[in-house]
Amino acid sequence: MSADTSTRPDSLDDGALSPGEPSPPDQPAPPGPDDHAAHPDDANVAKILIGLVGIVGILWGLGNLFLALAYHPEWFADSKILIGAVALVAGVGGAYFLFFFLNMFVEGLPGGLSRGLMPYVFILPSFSLIALMLLYPTIQTINYSFANSDSTKYVGLKNYRYIFGNSEFRQALINNVLWLLIVPAVTVFVGLIVAVLADKLSTSGEKVSKSFVFLPMAISFVGASAIWSLVYAFDPASEDATGLLNAVWRAFGGGPQSWLQNYDFRLNSFLLMVILVWLQVGFAMILLSSAIKGVPEETVEAARIDGASEFQIFTKVVVPQIRGTIITVFVTTLILVLKVFDIVYVLTDGRDKTQVIANLFFTELFRNSQGGRASAIVVVLLLAVTPVLIYQVRNFRREELSR
Amino acid sequence: MSNLTDAAALTTQKPRRTRGLMADGRQRSLTAIIVMAVLCVLWTLPTVGLLVTSLRSRDAQAQTGWWTALWNGGWTMENYRGVFNGTSIGDSFLNSVIVAIPATIIPIMFAAFAAYAFSFMNFKGKDILFILIVIVMVVPIQVAFQPMLNLLGPNGLGISGEYIGVWLLHTGFGMPLAIYTLRNYMSTLPRTVIESAKIDGASHFQTFWKLIVPMSVPALAAFAILQFLWVWNDLLIAKLFLTTQNSTVIVSLQGLLGAQGQGTEYLPAGAFISMLIPMIVFFTLQRYFVRGLTAGAVKG
Repeated sequence: MSADTSTRPDSLDDGALSPGEPSPPDQPAPPGPDDHAAHPDDANVAKILIGLVGIVGILWGLGNLFLALAYHPEWFADSKILIGAVALVAGVGGAYFLFFFLNMFVEGLPGGLSRGLMPYVFILPSFSLIALMLLYPTIQTINYSFANSDSTKYVGLKNYRYIFGNSEFRQALINNVLWLLIVPAVTVFVGLIVAVLADKLSTSGEKVSKSFVFLPMAISFVGASAIWSLVYAFDPASEDATGLLNAVWRAFGGGPQSWLQNYDFRLNSFLLMVILVWLQVGFAMILLSSAIKGVPEETVEAARIDGASEFQIFTKVVVPQIRGTIITVFVTTLILVLKVFDIVYVLTDGRDKTQVIANLFFTELFRNSQGGRASAIVVVLLLAVTPVLIYQVRNFRREELSR
Repeated sequence: MSNLTDAAALTTQKPRRTRGLMADGRQRSLTAIIVMAVLCVLWTLPTVGLLVTSLRSRDAQAQTGWWTALWNGGWTMENYRGVFNGTSIGDSFLNSVIVAIPATIIPIMFAAFAAYAFSFMNFKGKDILFILIVIVMVVPIQVAFQPMLNLLGPNGLGISGEYIGVWLLHTGFGMPLAIYTLRNYMSTLPRTVIESAKIDGASHFQTFWKLIVPMSVPALAAFAILQFLWVWNDLLIAKLFLTTQNSTVIVSLQGLLGAQGQGTEYLPAGAFISMLIPMIVFFTLQRYFVRGLTAGAVKG
C-alpha cells in the first residue's frame, strides 16, 4: 500500500485542479490526493471555533454520560436495557460527531497544515485507545514485575527468581511448549484435509459438510469445555458409562477411566488440546479452502497430464501455492495457543500436571494476590510471543513491498 | 424470447447424468465422501450429545449415556425451565446482550476512520504506526489486567464492575484487529473512485461516509461478527471486570461448571442457551464472514 501511494503518478489530481502550473516531473510527489477544495489556503476561523467547541463538548458530554451510567444507574430507571441502549446510541453518535467536529476543526486550518494534520486526526481516537489499553499496560506490567505483591516497593529480580525456581511454573512452560508443538500443526493438517476433501464434493455437499466443521467456531471456550466435559465424563465400573469416550473405551474392553486426571504420557493435556483443535479447525478450513480455490486450474491440469498422482499434485503443486495461507493459519493458531487459558481453567485448573502459563498467571494474580509474580509471568509470556511478533512484522513488510 | 433461452440452456447445460459424475461434470470421489462424512459426524457428535443431555432428566443424565435416550428415554424440558428459575443464566443472558452490542459496534466506528487514513492518505510515520498495529495484535491481553484493574478500580475511576469498563476494554482490545482487517479490505478498493470524489470537491469525511463505508460493508460485517463472537464468548474480561449482578452468560456457565451436586443437571441446558445467539449470528452472517476474512486478508 504505502509503497504504492508514494510512487503513484500524480498527474490525475494536479492535472485536474491546476492545469496552469504543471509540476516539474522530477520533483517528489506532492501530497496530491489531499489537494482539493476542502483545503483552502486561508484559515477559516468559524470552522476552527465551531470544531473546537464541538470536540470539547462531545468529549465532555460523552465522558460524563458514561460515568453517569456507572455512578448513577437510578437516573436511567435502574434499567439495564436502557443503560445499554443509551450507551450504544451515545457511543456511535458520539464517535460520529467527534470525527465530524475534528474534521471541521482541521478543515478550518490553513491549507498545508490542514492537509498534514488530517490523517493524524483520523487515527488519533483509535490510537489513544490502543495506547491507553495496550501500550500503557504493557509498560506498567513490566514495571510491576520488578515490584512486590501489591506493587508498592521494587524488589529487583525477586519475582523472576521465584517463578523460575518454581516447579509449577516449569511445568506450565513444558505444557505450553507441548501445546505449541501440537495444536497449530494438527489444526493446519486437519483444516487442510477438510478443505481439500470438501473441494472434491458436490457444491451442496461441500456447503453442508463445511457448516458442520464450522459450527464450533461460534462456541465459546467455556461452552466447548462443557460439551467435552460430557464426552470425558467418568463413572465407576459399577455404573453404565455416561461419557462418550468411556463408553467407546469400555466397548473395546477397557476399564473406566477418569480421563482428565490421567497424566500418563500427558494424556489429560492431550485431551484438552483436542478441544482447542476441535474449535479451531473451522477457521483454518475457511482460509485454506479459499486459498485452494485460488490455485489456478491450469497448474493442476498440467501436472495431471504429466501423470502425477492426486497426492503428488497436492504436495507438489497445491501446497507450494498456498504456503502463505498455511503460515497465516499456523501463526494465528500459535498466538491463540500461547494464551490458552479458558479450557484449562474451567476443566482442570492446572491440576494433574495440566498447568499452562496463562492459568498460572490467573492463579497468582487473583487467588494468591501476588501481583509482582503474576506480572513476571506475563512478561515471560510477552517474551514468548516476541519471535512471533518479529516474524509477523517482517512478513507484513514483505507483503507490503509485493503489493 | 425467454422460451428460446430456456430451451437453449436446457440443451447445452445438462448433458445426461453419467454414473460417477457430479452435476458439474467432475468425478465423484468416494474417498472424499466417506472421510468427510466421518469427520462431520465426529465434529458434530459432542454438540449433539450436549443437546440430547440437556433434554434429559437428572436421573437419566446420571445413569445412562445420552446415546441410549432413544430407547431408555428420560426426556424432559424441565432443565430449561430450571436454568431460568434456578440459576443466574437467565439474568446473565440479558447482560451478555447489553455487553456485546455496544462493544461490537463502537470499536468499528473508531477503527474505520483509522483504516481509511491508512488506506487512502499519505503521512509521515504511516508505516511505523501500522507496524505498531501488527505488533499490538500479538500482545497478550493479560498484560492489561493488573494496570487496568488499578485504573478502573476503586482507587482509580471506580467503574470496575460496571458495563462501561467492559465496553471500554473490548473496544480497546478489538481495535488493532479491526484496523488491520478493515485496512486490508479498504486497500483493495479501486482508488479511482476516491480520486473522482476528490475532484468533485468532497472532503475526506464525506468520502468516507458516502463511498468507503458502503463499499466496505463485507469487511465491516466480518469484523462485527468476529468481535461479537469474541465479546459474547469472552470469559476473562467479564469475570474480572463485572460483578455477580451483571456478569455475562459465559461467566455464569463457568460457575455452573465448577459446581458439584445440586443443579449439575442444568449445565447442558445452560451451555446450550449460551451458544444459541452466537450460532444464530454466525450462521446467518456466515457469507459476509468468509468474504470479509478472505478478501485482502490472505494471499495465497
